[in-house]
Amino acid sequence: MLAIMKREIRAYYTTPLGYVFTAVFWGFSGLFLWLNCLSAGSSAMGGVFQMMFFVNMIIIPVLTMRTIADDKRQKTDQLTLTSPVSLFGIVMGKFLGAFFVFLCSSLVMIIYGCSLSAAVASAGERFEWEMFWGHYAGLVLMGALFIAIGIFISSLTESQMIAAIGSIGVNIAVCLFDIISSYVSNETLAGIINSLSVFYKYNEFTQGIFSLKNTVFFVSAASLFLFLTIRVIERRRYA
Amino acid sequence: MIEVKDLCKNYGSNKAVDNISFSAENGEILGFLGPNGAGKSTTMNIITGFLSATSGQVLINGTDVLEDPVEAKKNIGYLPEIPPLYPDMTVDEYLNFVYDLKKCKLPKRSHLGEICDLSRISDVRKRVIRNLSKGYRQRVGLAQALVGNPKVLILDEPTVGLDPKQIIEIRTLIKKLGKNHTVILSSHILPEVQAVCDKIAVINNGHLIADDTAENLSHSLAHENKIIVQIDGPLKEVKQLLTAISDVESIYERKTADKSITEYEISSKCDIRREIFKRMSARNYPILLMKSSELTLEEIFLKLTTGDFYGENGGEE
Repeated sequence: MLAIMKREIRAYYTTPLGYVFTAVFWGFSGLFLWLNCLSAGSSAMGGVFQMMFFVNMIIIPVLTMRTIADDKRQKTDQLTLTSPVSLFGIVMGKFLGAFFVFLCSSLVMIIYGCSLSAAVASAGERFEWEMFWGHYAGLVLMGALFIAIGIFISSLTESQMIAAIGSIGVNIAVCLFDIISSYVSNETLAGIINSLSVFYKYNEFTQGIFSLKNTVFFVSAASLFLFLTIRVIERRRYA
Repeated sequence: MIEVKDLCKNYGSNKAVDNISFSAENGEILGFLGPNGAGKSTTMNIITGFLSATSGQVLINGTDVLEDPVEAKKNIGYLPEIPPLYPDMTVDEYLNFVYDLKKCKLPKRSHLGEICDLSRISDVRKRVIRNLSKGYRQRVGLAQALVGNPKVLILDEPTVGLDPKQIIEIRTLIKKLGKNHTVILSSHILPEVQAVCDKIAVINNGHLIADDTAENLSHSLAHENKIIVQIDGPLKEVKQLLTAISDVESIYERKTADKSITEYEISSKCDIRREIFKRMSARNYPILLMKSSELTLEEIFLKLTTGDFYGENGGEE
């Protein structure tokens, strides 16, 4: 598992992919920081984190598109699958590799937090770090889920292009649950659809609410997609 | 050692591998021979645990590949048909990755150095795999299979893409490795199998149609003392002369392109070459060709893999 993770991280940073991901992440988060906080004169970062949901929805699939699809296309899966590593180890290694790149990129949010906090402190006010960590936890959990979805879609195809477009599609669909629920008149049904909505759950984090319920939702949804990935790879052996 | 028992693999209704059983002991090189699409790679992929079998069992040193894959795979080095290389890594990075992946316990630096020397890639260790030629890639693939010094080596067409000098080097290497490993190598190049392997398994249409040493195969298929001669002389008289030889059992004649020359296929109880020479030279009929019809591996292969032999042996399809 560690060997796979190390290789994945190395692959992200020997190709432009890792840097491009980080650059786009930093660029957009900086833009939204300027729009929501700096120019608006506010220290509440909720809006920045909310916008980053949509950015990640599109850039994380690009990060994960090659994870399994490319292994299959280049036949390197014949090496990993015939080495003494479990399927769980292989999928987890790939997940952790992508997650590492995402986590490194997301650290910039902490820098924003620190600079805002310094600016607020100079004005004699207090930066709400509790709120900030609530936002940040949401961002990390959302990243984990999108990466798991991306890896799952990547395991379904040999083409990186299809993997990227497919996972962007799934990510958008996952957000659409919200919009659909607002059109459903039956309250129970609307409630069920809402409870599946990733964006709704993420929004609670951006309001600074760290709830265990939502954390469990993200972790279990990510685990579900990783589990499905393992099943897909396993099934291919029997095909 | 490897034991394969009653292996079957179906792709839908298509039987890619149909009831194959064979085994290879330690210190043995088994050649896996068959035309393209015969099921060689599928069988190898099942042995290495990359694919699962529909039914049947594969034991690597007594461990079932399906039941305890991690343990079984520790003993396998696999070079697939297309070497599983990451083009964005250097050879050194790649071998280090494989070393970690296989959870190898041997001293890293010296072990990898040794492997690179064996497969002759020491001079490209710092280069990115993307820029290597086909021959080098093939050898990096072979080096990858050797990492961790596994007891069982599965090599799918190991000499593809190499130049003749490299082919000889790799064959020598495989022979050397075969002394203390179990090696299965597949090929559709017959001289290669003949040169390297102790045992040959011929596979066609997913069926194992022969599994024996090269000599035994040749003997069992070739009829004893069957010779082919071409004689320049009148057919009737020559045939009479030949029939007169006491041990001759049957004679078939064939016309050749040149009208005066006829080819005879003679079966006999013992060696009659001298007798033929004496009789023909007495009449001044020149013998233009005389050869034993003992089959070469090439002919065995063709005979085994074309329909008629297969039919004789009770194939069901």
